[in-house]
Amino acid sequence: MTAPVPASLQLCVRRRRLPGPSGATVQVSLRVPSDVACIEEVVDLLMRHCCTGGWLCRKLRFNLRVAIAEALANAIVAGNQEDRSKWVQVQAEVCGDRIRVEVTDQGPGFDPASISAPVLPEDLDRPNGRGLFLIRHLVDDVSFNAQGNSICMTLRRR
Amino acid sequence: MGFTASKDASGVYLIRVEGQLIVGNRQELKTAVQQALDHDERRFVIDFSRTGYIDSSGLGALVSISKRVREQGGELRLSGLNEDLRSLFELTKLDTLFAISDTAERAVGSFAA
Repeated sequence: MTAPVPASLQLCVRRRRLPGPSGATVQVSLRVPSDVACIEEVVDLLMRHCCTGGWLCRKLRFNLRVAIAEALANAIVAGNQEDRSKWVQVQAEVCGDRIRVEVTDQGPGFDPASISAPVLPEDLDRPNGRGLFLIRHLVDDVSFNAQGNSICMTLRRR
Repeated sequence: MGFTASKDASGVYLIRVEGQLIVGNRQELKTAVQQALDHDERRFVIDFSRTGYIDSSGLGALVSISKRVREQGGELRLSGLNEDLRSLFELTKLDTLFAISDTAERAVGSFAA
């Protein structure tokens, strides 16, 4: 009997020039298995392809790393319920002074307005509920599709 | 993530987290602390001076660990948070829940103070 082959990451990187002063654009597409063990590698891959050199300062690199890790964890655990038959699609694009990362799962979606972060003193002992709160504070803009299974995060260089 | 655990002469159990503390490995840390509690350890320091980033699941794991340690009459302190990591604790107000020292040595020493 042969062991099942683990699902692997699928990566596509495109570099192209856009007209105008913004210069080069990098587009990265990743198809990620619903396995939390992949998260660290995906974060590293995105940072390597999208934030080369000194494009982002240390603080913003940190913010982006955490935001991407959070979005992937939400997609894999809450969205796809760690169902290995499902995938998470990641699209990242660097254009001018901003990076945009979109993370889409195959789950039913959720209402982001229904999530409250445990930041009140009486709630601090709650172990869950901080993910979306962190994302909103670490990047400049966060939006969801209508279904609630796709998050789009934008971070601007400054 | 990996971690090293040691017990100093004063009986403080020090765990150094190496790498990230995220959803994929938080359980390892929780298990390590639980095993130490089962062996009657009660004073803990978790050091993050070799940690890149922590996600909300990692923060949640620390909250759970802290609660478990307190329930069993113990105490948990954190150390080695750089400016970026500390900002996560401040954003989530968890800096008010944990005793945080600059270095592992200071955290260990604070038990004796």
